[in-house]
Amino acid sequence: MKLLFPLLGAAVLLTTALAQTPAPATPPAVTGIRKLELPPETGTYRNAPGVELAQAFCLNCHSTEYTESQPPLPAAYWQGTVKKMKEKFGATLPDEVMAPLTKYLVDAYGKKP
Amino acid sequence: MNPSYSRRNFIRRSTLATAAIVAGRAGAGEASVELPFVNGHRRMVAFPGKRPLILLTHRPPQLETPFAVFNDGLITPNDAFFVRYHLSGLPVEIDPAAFRLEVKGLVNTPLSLSLEDLKKMEAVEVTAVNQCSGNSRGFFNPRVNGGQLANGAMGNAKWRGVRLKDVLTRAGVAAGARQVVCDGLDKGAVPTTPDFIKALEIDHALDGEAIIAWEMNGEELPWLNGYPLRLVVPGYYGTYWIKHLNSLEVTGENFGGFWMAAGYRIPDTPGGCVEPGTVPGRTLPITKFKIRSFLTSLTDGAQVKAGRETLLRGIAFDSGAGLTEVQVSPDGGSTWRPATLGKDLGRYSFREWTLPWTPTNTGPAEIRCRAFNRIGETQPLVSLWNPAGYMRNGVETTKIIIT
Repeated sequence: MKLLFPLLGAAVLLTTALAQTPAPATPPAVTGIRKLELPPETGTYRNAPGVELAQAFCLNCHSTEYTESQPPLPAAYWQGTVKKMKEKFGATLPDEVMAPLTKYLVDAYGKKP
Repeated sequence: MNPSYSRRNFIRRSTLATAAIVAGRAGAGEASVELPFVNGHRRMVAFPGKRPLILLTHRPPQLETPFAVFNDGLITPNDAFFVRYHLSGLPVEIDPAAFRLEVKGLVNTPLSLSLEDLKKMEAVEVTAVNQCSGNSRGFFNPRVNGGQLANGAMGNAKWRGVRLKDVLTRAGVAAGARQVVCDGLDKGAVPTTPDFIKALEIDHALDGEAIIAWEMNGEELPWLNGYPLRLVVPGYYGTYWIKHLNSLEVTGENFGGFWMAAGYRIPDTPGGCVEPGTVPGRTLPITKFKIRSFLTSLTDGAQVKAGRETLLRGIAFDSGAGLTEVQVSPDGGSTWRPATLGKDLGRYSFREWTLPWTPTNTGPAEIRCRAFNRIGETQPLVSLWNPAGYMRNGVETTKIIIT
């Protein structure tokens, strides 16, 4: 029995030295198709001239909080963001929409001068 | 098993068509919170498998853990664990029997592994923190673009799965391998959006630390945390922890996709920072966590009694180098006292710290904490700045009132 404690001590040292520990066997996977049902979106774009552009284009890829949660930032920020959505994230934004959509975002969400 | 079985046959993705848009304001009785920065109003919304969490964005889902959860215990419950997607085309239907993890590229034997195949391999467990690169971004000054998070885009869980190394070794990594390119089932809402794909250096992928997990805290992975498989990359920011992982490709060159070559990059400077408001020159992909510590037992505005002992408690973590000490200052940084470190759940886990403290003078007080590790890392008194709002780790200050 005297040996038990040193052995236990060694075992504890071993398990704390390794970040991973071997795990016991897992039961077989559950079968059947799984589905995800997300809650309905309730956010809306702020009402200002051009809101229909945000509804038509921004909502294609993301919900309104992407815009709503940003801090009040100057026009250059929104200009850069709209450009980034088109050029980096592949948003289908026609050239003629870029300026009026940016203006809407600055008016509705931008830093007030 | 039909090898030509296309994933299209068993996976549907969320699109605008399936995500109904309901106009109008949220119900009057709905809970909300004010995060402590400008424009920090957030609704609390329950998503599948989750309790009501701080809604950053609905589609794709981004949910932040309320900070009080970190005082409940060192393990973050699955239903409170943060959620961060990049792309709206997340899977909404998965047949676990048909699901396959493909292992391809520079390997001797390409593999198509079912969940059953993986669960027959040696399983391992690791307790590890996952933290979003942009955790705490809302506190950046000047403010920066991106998800405006407080400190709740982190969590600590016990992950169970197989070593990435064992899966790669089973396929046989061929000569000339340089990176492992990791992809999951999520896709952009439009085909022109770059798919969310990340790459690990081959030496890192083979070092035995990263695992392909199917279980979290003893339960099946929650859908919104990556069901049925996610990559767990201990010590590394969450951007590498690919959810719904279904493809590993060993490549002979550096992967040049958007999310490695343009996104998730930090200034190539000591500390990964630049002067606030300036643009960095060279940049690098983000990698390991910076060391952090938090007071969890008291929050801003809390009141404690003078002359009565209060147990200050909190958490600390680093990238796995090994925490050595947490110091606490109850006087706004004038004097620092060593806290007692709690049980060690492994080097990638949250570690509890405690310090009994008896305040004397009444009035406002600022409590600060800072952690140290075995490789000499600690936290700056003033947080460093970078334009993407990543890796915040400055000393946290909690403003309380002694009565």
